[in-house]
Amino acid sequence: MSGDFLGHQPELSLGEKLWQINWKLILLLTAIASVGWAMLYSAANGNVDPWASRQAVRFGAGICVMVVVGLIDLRIWLRLSYPIYGVALVLLIAVEIVGEIGMGAQRWIDLGIIQIQPSEIMKIAIVLALARYFHGASLEEVGRPTFLIVPLLMVLAPVGLVMKQPDLGTALMVMMVGGAIFFLVGVRLWKFAIVLAGGAASIPVAWQFLHDYQKNRVLIFLNPENDPLGAGYHITQSKIALGSGGVAGKGYMMGSQSHLNFLPEKQTDFIFTMLAEELGMIGGTGLLLLYSLLIAYGVIIALRCRNQFGRLVGLGVSTNLFLYVFINIAMVMGLIPVVGIPLPLISYGGTAMLTVLFGFGLVMSVYIHRDVRITRRTVAGEL
Amino acid sequence: MERDTDRYRSLTRRALMLGGMQVGLLSTLVARMYYLQVLESDRYTVLADENRINMRLLAPSRGQVLDRFGVPLAVNQQNFRVVMVQEQARKIDRMLTLISEIVPLTEADWRRITREIQRKRAFVPVTVKENLTWDQVTMIEVNAPDLPGVSIEVGELRSYPYEAATAHFLGYVGAVSESELNGDPVLALPGFRIGKSGMEKFHDASLRGVAGTSQLEVNAVGRVIRELSRQEGQPGRDITLTIDIGLQQYAQDRLKEEKSAAAVVMDVHTGGIYSMASNPSYDPNLFTTGINAEAWEDLLSDPTTPLTNKVVGGQYAPGSTFKMLVALAALDSGIVGPRHTVFCPGHMDLGDHRFHCWKKGGHGTLDLVGALKHSCDTFFYDLARRIGIDRIHDMAKRFGMGQRTQLDLPSERPGLIPSRDWKQANLGKSWTQGESLIAAIGQGYVLATPLQLAVMLSRLVNGGFAVKPHLTKQIERGPAEQTAWPSLGVNKTHLDMVLQGMNAVMNQPGGTAYKMRISEAGYEMGGKTGTSQVRRITMAERSTGVLKNEQLPWRQRDHALFVGFAPLHAPRYACAVIVEHGGGGSAVAAPIARDILLEVQRRDSARGAPQLSSAVPAAEPARTAPPPGLGDKPGRIGG
Repeated sequence: MSGDFLGHQPELSLGEKLWQINWKLILLLTAIASVGWAMLYSAANGNVDPWASRQAVRFGAGICVMVVVGLIDLRIWLRLSYPIYGVALVLLIAVEIVGEIGMGAQRWIDLGIIQIQPSEIMKIAIVLALARYFHGASLEEVGRPTFLIVPLLMVLAPVGLVMKQPDLGTALMVMMVGGAIFFLVGVRLWKFAIVLAGGAASIPVAWQFLHDYQKNRVLIFLNPENDPLGAGYHITQSKIALGSGGVAGKGYMMGSQSHLNFLPEKQTDFIFTMLAEELGMIGGTGLLLLYSLLIAYGVIIALRCRNQFGRLVGLGVSTNLFLYVFINIAMVMGLIPVVGIPLPLISYGGTAMLTVLFGFGLVMSVYIHRDVRITRRTVAGEL
Repeated sequence: MERDTDRYRSLTRRALMLGGMQVGLLSTLVARMYYLQVLESDRYTVLADENRINMRLLAPSRGQVLDRFGVPLAVNQQNFRVVMVQEQARKIDRMLTLISEIVPLTEADWRRITREIQRKRAFVPVTVKENLTWDQVTMIEVNAPDLPGVSIEVGELRSYPYEAATAHFLGYVGAVSESELNGDPVLALPGFRIGKSGMEKFHDASLRGVAGTSQLEVNAVGRVIRELSRQEGQPGRDITLTIDIGLQQYAQDRLKEEKSAAAVVMDVHTGGIYSMASNPSYDPNLFTTGINAEAWEDLLSDPTTPLTNKVVGGQYAPGSTFKMLVALAALDSGIVGPRHTVFCPGHMDLGDHRFHCWKKGGHGTLDLVGALKHSCDTFFYDLARRIGIDRIHDMAKRFGMGQRTQLDLPSERPGLIPSRDWKQANLGKSWTQGESLIAAIGQGYVLATPLQLAVMLSRLVNGGFAVKPHLTKQIERGPAEQTAWPSLGVNKTHLDMVLQGMNAVMNQPGGTAYKMRISEAGYEMGGKTGTSQVRRITMAERSTGVLKNEQLPWRQRDHALFVGFAPLHAPRYACAVIVEHGGGGSAVAAPIARDILLEVQRRDSARGAPQLSSAVPAAEPARTAPPPGLGDKPGRIGG
């Protein structure tokens, strides 16, 4: 039965691919990034230095990477998915070892020109690896618990390593992206219930493994007034800045709390607070709308794809973006404990931007190769 | 293919469910934003302003204290201090060395500066040195380019140009103590000073003024970004005193010849105090800048009590200066007539006790005027025996003795006028007649402050009006001095007799102060001497001969007192003088009072006040004192 499909495989020329480049996607991403530049310009009191200009350069480079990734055949990405995951896992272990040599938390590998954060690579690699694993799986197979052992390990191995770094935010994201894909491929809900119950039961044990500062963060989250000047200061100040912004905001570049440095890390993790202070609820909701459009667009592209791998990659990348946005904004609003997750495309920083743009490069590839059919056997044969 | 369709349907369904969850979660973010930015917005706006707006108080300038002619007695001097901002100065040690070439810095200064630099944030100025001279200020300004981060700030420092001469009534200001903090934020300002004693304390509320505020925008570390608004405060109000600083200085200088003495001059009609001198004194400027412990200890332990204003805080047996009141009480009682005479053999016997007159041989027969003139003790023993202590007590009270005069100055003492009831209540014993005799010559339990003596004399010479003393002439454009005092209801002819007696003391040969009379033409005065025993003279000592004052240690010598008034026929100034352990009132206290009363009258004429007539014969008593409020200040400049 596979023969039929192999016969209809459309091979796209480079020209056809270039024609297929999804400008709407690039436009949406640029729109969001522009908001980021504007906020970084404001954060530097009306200067492109030191943040806005560098961020723009990074975005330019990121878009190029994205287009290149998009032009590469989805089947190649399918073939590379396990090696990429493997490399990411090895890098995580390497960082662990280097981290032991260095001091405290180590999340980066310095390659001279750029610093690589393996945990960021893992956010994409886990999507690719799980998409590949479930690409050929029928609903019956997914229904077999033994079939789920391998992907579970695929998720838990990096989660464990990232937790050790320690990077609670990334661990959370990897876990949730994994969970989302498990959910999408049809794992029964009661199995999630069991895992959740097990997770809840293991909280007291997990608590023992948390670093003191992480325990503190959780405790402070539960009662921020306990520590108004210490670790609770950030979240209290963030809420003050946000709340005092009101509906219409204090005006662009007029955010007193951000500009008088009451707001910590206004150019990175807390940039949404500054946006909400200066542009108010209107600005905040507007940005959320832009993100929603991007996520929804990713989902639409995924669902229009004719192969399971592409669908899962598209949905995984979209879910990834959603998690970035939700965790970051929920954090600065005091809905969840403070974890180090940037606001994608807006927070100052290169790695997260590259991850997101690389992810959307894959989405573009899914779009370009939406009509490519890849059977289970194809995969097996090629391996 | 079938499988793939199933799988695709399942995936689509689940993707929609996942999308739904995402929409739900994003909605909670919007809801949270609505909660924070709409529902709770006001609360957070307040919190944000509390964050960034720092209210700073601007200390008001303290009001000045002026003398009756507008001469400043307590002023605010510009206090230049050199300050340094460490983040701009960078090399702090080098900078301090440069500064010390202009402004000498002590070892202690260095230590304090280093300590403050470590404690304060880098952008907060640290005071390097206060009280710079103008030369030092200009030197630092000239060298400003070499002194980055170093600048001059101007503050205010209370200063008392007349130093010791005004210390006792002006008092001084000092740093706010813990117990004085009452929630008024201005008191918590660094360097803020409040009145600690004297007029500075009494009028502190008026002098202090109202603090202004400055709204400053600060960033998270407290650095000032800009001033948002500024509300100037109100400077303190000026206080004009009744004091004549020229006279005050004269009196203070005159008293310096004695070890410990006090003198007060008041207006017998208005009660305004022209001079209130107490020697020794101290320099109140020492207190503004912070007195050192050693100097403070010295002031406290000095037996001549330089910290006490003896005019209001010293209580002395008034001695013979009390006799006028006994005379009045006797006349007023009707028991003794104006022509009453007593034979003085030098003593008076009561029961088995003998009461001595100060003159061993006795005065012979004396009438009331003569008795005052010679200050005959026997005469007043006789009066006291006839009228009893309670009549004396009542009359003394009417003349302001034995109670605070309600002077507008803190720390006044009440003195003491005994009575039967008083003794019963306080000592639990009944009054004896002998004690009445002792009281009649101003000894025994009787205690008075010099101010009370001046008040008593004022009421005697102003026609019997219940004048009360005061130091405050005006609080800015506040109410003027009061002059319409209620009458004491004393018979004028009786008062005249007493005045005649006081005239005789000074101006008739044989009067106890005749030798000390004013010899300058055109000036005259009346008065009464007093000498009060500090120790008890025993019978044994009396038989062997009483020791002379010069033979005794200072602490046991008699107090010398004098009360005097001038001009003689239109009394205007009353003066009371005490010289602690000075000996005889006539020899020691009278000349001081005379000099002061002469000076105050000279100052009158120097200012062009009409010369008061001295054509009235001395024998004729001043029949009518000018009605209160009219004869007060004819043509007085600035009065």
